[in-house]
Amino acid sequence: MSIFADKNSKVLVQGITGKEGRFHTSQCVAYGTNVVAGVTPTKGGQDIDGIPVYNTVKEAKKATGVNCSMIFVPPPFAADAIVEAAEAGIGLIIAITEGVPLLDMMRVKNYLANFECRLIGPNCPGIITPGECKIGIMPGKIHKPGGPIGVVSRSGTLTYEVVHQLTNQGIGQTTCIGIGGDPVTGTSFIDCLDAFEKDPETKGVVMVGEIGGNAEETAAEFIHDNMTKPVVGFIAGITAPPGRRMGHAGAIISGSGGAAQTKIDAFKESGVHVCENLGVLGELCAEVLC
Amino acid sequence: MKIHEYQAKELFRQSSIPVPQGGIADTAEKAVSIADDLAGFPVVVKAQIHAGGRGKGGGVKLAQSLEEVKTFAGDILGMNLVTAQTSPEGQRVKLVLVEQGLDIAKELYLSIVLDRESEKIVIMASEAGGMDIEEVAEKTPEKLIKVFVNPLLGLQAFHIREVAFGLNLSGNALNKFVLLLKNVYGLFVKCDCTLLEINPLIVTTDDHVIALDAKVNFDPNALFRHQGILPYRDIDEEDPLEVEASAHNLNYITLDGNIGNMVNGAGLAMATMDIIKLAGAEPANFLDVGGGANAEMVENGFRIILKDKNVKGVLINIFGGILRCDILAKGVVEAVGKVGIKVPVVIRMEGTNVEEGRKILAESGLNLVTATDLKDAAEKVAAIVG
Repeated sequence: MSIFADKNSKVLVQGITGKEGRFHTSQCVAYGTNVVAGVTPTKGGQDIDGIPVYNTVKEAKKATGVNCSMIFVPPPFAADAIVEAAEAGIGLIIAITEGVPLLDMMRVKNYLANFECRLIGPNCPGIITPGECKIGIMPGKIHKPGGPIGVVSRSGTLTYEVVHQLTNQGIGQTTCIGIGGDPVTGTSFIDCLDAFEKDPETKGVVMVGEIGGNAEETAAEFIHDNMTKPVVGFIAGITAPPGRRMGHAGAIISGSGGAAQTKIDAFKESGVHVCENLGVLGELCAEVLC
Repeated sequence: MKIHEYQAKELFRQSSIPVPQGGIADTAEKAVSIADDLAGFPVVVKAQIHAGGRGKGGGVKLAQSLEEVKTFAGDILGMNLVTAQTSPEGQRVKLVLVEQGLDIAKELYLSIVLDRESEKIVIMASEAGGMDIEEVAEKTPEKLIKVFVNPLLGLQAFHIREVAFGLNLSGNALNKFVLLLKNVYGLFVKCDCTLLEINPLIVTTDDHVIALDAKVNFDPNALFRHQGILPYRDIDEEDPLEVEASAHNLNYITLDGNIGNMVNGAGLAMATMDIIKLAGAEPANFLDVGGGANAEMVENGFRIILKDKNVKGVLINIFGGILRCDILAKGVVEAVGKVGIKVPVVIRMEGTNVEEGRKILAESGLNLVTATDLKDAAEKVAAIVG
């Protein structure tokens, strides 16, 4: 089992003809993902490595029956691409694009409340259900299929680090999701934790947070009130200075909150197993989750 | 992106948001000539730096004569103004804003922010103008008016009523505030602001509503559609190394530790800084070279890290996914050769083609310490500072 994406995901790539879109599409296909269509306005009728390209998402969906879209379009057009996918009835939308204006994302997020769809990202590595499908830019081969652990994170390479340590310990993953490093993201920690709690194959969760906002604090509350499965938590940025944006648009300690210690404290109070040293996260997981 | 008060007031004027009469001066003489054109005294002389807390630091003075304007402007221009928000050395003042003093009947607080938690545009207002709003929010939350605006629908008449009546405004001042709030909201949305703060917003004794101060921050991700705002950037307000790094597309932040570090990915970069601290050292910087780092970026990264004289060693931590470890290793070898690095360099690589990468480092003949994993890297960093 898995959450959100599996072997039945039929994937569309918006922005398939761009350098990034094309490269990562080929990587996903090589992993075994069922990529059936691409969209680039004005390039309809062409194909990219055998994958047909359409001008609009509606056309692509009608022709191929896609149920998932992975978005690589540049930041100025990303909001438009997300809404186009939602209006076309795509159920799972994964926005990889980094640098989407915050006001655009706020509008999109408020608008998507009218649709039965899930947006993951933007500014995220995507989602992978090891052995079934990879819809994103993560290196596939560091993952180990079969579970029993779910991974959810605001980061990219930090997630790869975590997954790699799990795999080295012989611990497989059900699904790994990067929810994105922006202040406003489509899917929250809580959405993922809730889905992992309900997924019978997932026996425990690794949650990777970082400075900025209060998503980890609200997730900690959710874990305390609703989760029976063990959760290992890590927070990046204990050494980050206040008021500075640490790479990710959302990673900033403001006057009113967002510091790493507050999040770590919230984790501890909620029964999350806190990993204070990333170097031994894999070992801690082996101890706590298996 | 931050801008100066006088620049924010320029935007205010363009959006019909009332601000005091005044002008900008880079010499005491110019300040006097601006003051001379104003309608009498007092006149306010305000240091223009990005940091807040200027008044407490001695950067805002009330002058009662042209002589005082000259003295105050002369004192403030060129001074290193130290406030709670600057570094201990302070920020050099290049410009002063010279403005008409006004008869204040009421000082208010007004701000608009993009609120990540509610995912709405939030208007905040208070009758406790001139005070630190976070203090107001903490000590007397009932005095803080908060109105949530759905960005899809935008500012509605009832939102304005909630704020205006909450501020106990009436008569002429009420009418003027309604118009001001509409214009302020319009500017906020039009320019992709993340924060717009007027503290204080004053009601004068003759019922005018005027922005006495102005603070505006912009979403860096939206600057592509606001070319007119780009010239407002003042690189003298930024760390020189950070300016240089941004010119090379490197995401770099200066910190005050002794171990430089170079990492791909922001989350892993923060985690690497934390590991350095755990090892008993302090990170000298944050540096994310991104997913597509190449030899040139690694070289530039080294140059920038090593310009910081506190750096006693460097830790490179790369998780090669898309970025292959052999490519990175070649980049490091090339950069070390070119830059001539004198401090120990610890390299931890993992991921795609890691074996080839390690081989390249080992055969380079350079003084590079290879770490097998993060734990090992931390221990090797500790040995440098130990």
